[in-house]
Amino acid sequence: MILKSTIRTLALGVSLAAMMAGAASAKTLVYCSEGSPEGFDPALYTAGTTFDASSKPVYNRLVEFKRGTTDVVPGLAESWDVSDDGLEYTFHLRPGVKFHTTDFFTPGREFNADDVVFSFERQLKDDNPYHSYVEGASWEYFNGMSMPDLVESIEKVDDMTVKFKLTRPEAPFIANMAMDFASIFSKEYADQLAENGQEAQLNQQPIGTGPFQFVAYQPDAVIRYKAFADYWNGKQPIDDLVFAITTDNAVRQQKLLAGECHVMPYPNPADVQGLKDNPDINVMQQEGLNVGYLAYNTKMPPFDNPKVRKALNMAINKQAILDAVFQGAGQAAKNPIPPTMWSYNDDVKDDPYDPEAAKKMLEEEGVSDLSMKIWAMPVQRPYNPNARRMAELLQSDFDKVGVKAEIVSYEWGEYLERSKAEDRDGAVLLGWTGDNGDPDNFLAVLLGCDGVGGSNRAQWCYEPFEKLIQEAKVKGSQEERVPLYKEAQVVFKEQAPWATIAHSVVFMPMAKNVTGYVMDPLGGHWFDGVDIEE
Amino acid sequence: MFRFILQRVGLLIPTFIGVSIVAFAFIRLLPGDPIVLLAGERGLTPERYAELRQTFGYDQPLVMQYLNYLWGILHGDLGVSTVTKRGVLSEFLTRFPATLELSFCAIVLATAIGIPAGVFAAVKRGSWFDQSIMGTALVGYSMPIFWWGLLLIILFSGTWHLTPVSGRIDLIYYFKPVTGFMLIDSLLSGQEGAFRSAVSHLILPTVVLATIPLAVIARQTRSAMLEVLGEDYVRTARAKGLEPLRVVGLHALRNALIPVITVIGLQVGVLLAGAILTETIFSWPGIGKWMVDSVFRRDYPVVQGGLLLIAGLVMVVNLIVDLLYGLINPRIRHN
Amino acid sequence: MVHTEEMNAIDDAEAAKRRALRSGWSARRAMVSEFWFYFSENKGAVIGLVVFLLLVAVALLAPLLSPHSPTFQDRNALLLPPFWQEGGRTAYLLGTDAVGRDILSRLIYGARFSLFIGVVVVTVALTGGILIGLIAGFFRGWIDIVIMRVMDVILAFPSLLLALVLVAILGPGLVNAMIAIALVLQPHFVRLTRASVMTEKSKDYVVAARVAGAGPIRLMTKTILPNCLAPLIVQGTLSFSNAILDAAALGFLGMGAQPPTPEWGTMLAEAREFIQSAWWVVTFPGLAILVTVLAINLVGDGLRDALDPKLKRS
Repeated sequence: MILKSTIRTLALGVSLAAMMAGAASAKTLVYCSEGSPEGFDPALYTAGTTFDASSKPVYNRLVEFKRGTTDVVPGLAESWDVSDDGLEYTFHLRPGVKFHTTDFFTPGREFNADDVVFSFERQLKDDNPYHSYVEGASWEYFNGMSMPDLVESIEKVDDMTVKFKLTRPEAPFIANMAMDFASIFSKEYADQLAENGQEAQLNQQPIGTGPFQFVAYQPDAVIRYKAFADYWNGKQPIDDLVFAITTDNAVRQQKLLAGECHVMPYPNPADVQGLKDNPDINVMQQEGLNVGYLAYNTKMPPFDNPKVRKALNMAINKQAILDAVFQGAGQAAKNPIPPTMWSYNDDVKDDPYDPEAAKKMLEEEGVSDLSMKIWAMPVQRPYNPNARRMAELLQSDFDKVGVKAEIVSYEWGEYLERSKAEDRDGAVLLGWTGDNGDPDNFLAVLLGCDGVGGSNRAQWCYEPFEKLIQEAKVKGSQEERVPLYKEAQVVFKEQAPWATIAHSVVFMPMAKNVTGYVMDPLGGHWFDGVDIEE
Repeated sequence: MFRFILQRVGLLIPTFIGVSIVAFAFIRLLPGDPIVLLAGERGLTPERYAELRQTFGYDQPLVMQYLNYLWGILHGDLGVSTVTKRGVLSEFLTRFPATLELSFCAIVLATAIGIPAGVFAAVKRGSWFDQSIMGTALVGYSMPIFWWGLLLIILFSGTWHLTPVSGRIDLIYYFKPVTGFMLIDSLLSGQEGAFRSAVSHLILPTVVLATIPLAVIARQTRSAMLEVLGEDYVRTARAKGLEPLRVVGLHALRNALIPVITVIGLQVGVLLAGAILTETIFSWPGIGKWMVDSVFRRDYPVVQGGLLLIAGLVMVVNLIVDLLYGLINPRIRHN
Repeated sequence: MVHTEEMNAIDDAEAAKRRALRSGWSARRAMVSEFWFYFSENKGAVIGLVVFLLLVAVALLAPLLSPHSPTFQDRNALLLPPFWQEGGRTAYLLGTDAVGRDILSRLIYGARFSLFIGVVVVTVALTGGILIGLIAGFFRGWIDIVIMRVMDVILAFPSLLLALVLVAILGPGLVNAMIAIALVLQPHFVRLTRASVMTEKSKDYVVAARVAGAGPIRLMTKTILPNCLAPLIVQGTLSFSNAILDAAALGFLGMGAQPPTPEWGTMLAEAREFIQSAWWVVTFPGLAILVTVLAINLVGDGLRDALDPKLKRS
């Protein structure tokens, strides 16, 4: 009893102190993030958690995604020109952009072309002093997007102009420039660190041009930022931004409900309804930029017959999968790209769930007593929270049309490798999360002829489809590319190399008084423009 | 005495080498090629794969890798986390104070309650007081602490809103860490309410982590006391009509404490194992949570270095307990 | 005559044998009844034993006792509260989990897993530990040194951490979790056996047996081992409850039995997301673990009191 009342007094004291501090000092937004950032140099990493804490608040890129879309808009470059052959991109930089002033760095000049050249050359050139400034620096995204092959050179034309020369025309290049790895660093800061032999600090104490400047990081606990007063796009409405690192979903939710944070990502699907019913909480939702699919091996009979694949697709009860595997946090997929992506073809009709018709179709194609393997990955992925359970449901669906399915699984690394084999036995459950919001990043990577024996798990190389996506890849403008991609989706649906299963749905619960938050279809979490109503 | 110390320290060396081999071998046995896992669905070209293997040093023969590793350990270099690209030792040191603070509070709590409870239970042997204390201790000893932690969160944080849910201090307080111990730092910061906030964040994790050691200490104190109380000199003292409290306090307790102190020392391993669960539940940024996260992220160097450091810590504490025991009890020394 | 003499001789021998048997039997019976006398003095131990036997019965009769299949998913009954709460149904006495499985049935089947884990782990750790301990204690020399250093290495790691990393290597799953826990627990048995062997080895009866020509294997198994059983039994009970706790902890961390196995720790891990919305999914599995472990520890205490003559007196 004594203990209890002491605790109560303590708690009271704390909340009083909190109120007083809140009134006296600045507007603080607390974001209960789901994990610790790996570091603060986004180009070194591939995890969204790291980008949320580094590239998004602290840095800008030459071009940016318009908030809430995958459209590319000007960022640190006010405009850009593309040469007629599609091989030269010239960026005209925004004047008067300032870097952060902190207790560890005071900038001596404004942003210019040197910073742009430095930010990319450190990733491109082996002889750049920052190319391996931390042990194991591997520039994963820069390499993953094939930038070393694509970029021939980066030139400073004058202080405010930078020219990229490419080895081949590539329309998605401009979207790549909006990705996290393309964040612009201060060359002056990097030089200063190098002078003091503290290169590694570049990854610990970031300096950028972004809306928030870095204040402090306590590992696994908290990251603090404050609004950058001289931000080129105006100071943010909130004064302080705090990331309270809380890895456990349930605890995160407790903290949101207790008012210890304003925004939390990744609630448990099971709790979403309760949160929606809570009058103090606002739950936003959006489809994630991903797709989960079952890829047949289109090189192996009888799956080389599109009709067989189509029949199996019709045997799948997607609604049951959405209920049991996604527990409501998913949306049935009909196209290989998610609906938030530009050029999504909503006119495509999904294969109906019709086991009877499917059975008949199989009989017509002379397929009887078919037995197959379904590969289920051993890990949880955003596009498939439980592959094992999904495989079990598919198994029973296929059983209804007389197809015996056996479920196989391997350790994750092995799974990824083995599923690439062109003579793979069985259909494989896998998926993809978009990187730059460009349809090419889905259609060419996952279904193009180059990907056979690699990322194209259906081993599907189909001439009419390939022609469409190759043409779209070299076209300069988005308007020209849209119809090509829409057509490609129609071809895909006819040929059915995959059973498209689902896109995940992402939920963002936040306190009612948080305004201006926009969900990012690419899955990032941005806090510029966010305010707290008193 | 000197010989005794030397001998005990000497015994530590082969054990430490064994520990380093185990830590090293474990990591090489973990399934999954770390480089393939790093790339995920995106995949890697064979050239890039070879390049990365070289970068991480996986292309060398195992023996060379081990010798390099051992050489590094001797120079205080435990490798670099593949996730954060920071040194394992510095990662450990930033998190260690959090675990130390929590463990220290837990052991203080366990001792402060456990010893008196054990003493009283022994003195009032067979009474309802003894039985309920020992019953409670056995419940505590049998407690699945991960469940216990969740239960306390639901009740104290979720239902009654008495304590914060997780973390080390309220986020409105911000000051540069000086010692790394939140209780001290919050006092040093001079900010009003900071210390109280730090304390309120500590309460639940401390209670959870202290549960098992508390039960062990109470039980051990009781049985040690019972043994001492049965010995002749205590009986004599009692027969002489000395005040019972004096007998218990002065004569019995002092002698009973020797084995109890050993038990407290041996709780360090228990605490570190408990910290794994407690820190996971309370999002406490210490080494227990760090290890669990690293196992799941397949951060090989961290798991390896962490195992080594934690085992080293347990060994050193056990050595100190051992030496202290030898100091108090000369019979051990000459064995 | 001869015939009867022979018969008599055989009769005598038989009678002697029977007598010897009887006296051996009665000695054993006396031992057991003495043991039971001390054990039953400890009320907690008796309660623990009763609870434990009940649990064993529940585990054995799980298919008969459980109202539903532990993996049957009732799509129309998701997250139902226990029957006494509003919205609960008597068909699901303790409510259902997120996919509509009956919690009571899962708990009942869970008893099988927990007891199975305990039995397997203790058997493996005990046999391995005794074997290694006997070898170390009997032969001494460098074998002993090597064995004991290896045990030191294992003991230097906190047990749960070691088990966690071991399971990460072997791959998550119940069998691997049991292997890991058995490995972590077995040094205690090695140390105990070795210490007992070393004290017993120099005692008169062993020396006598050796002089009488008993070989080392016979000496170890028939002469020495039965005399160091008491501490091993006590340690075995302790390990039994430890094994259940550690397996549940591993399950809780996602490294033990994998869903949908109704193992209690795994159930708790799955239930974690519901600590807000459905208290019963979280509370009951934990309670089941606590009750089981507590019962076994009570029995362990009773065993120690009954078997350890020194503590018996105090």
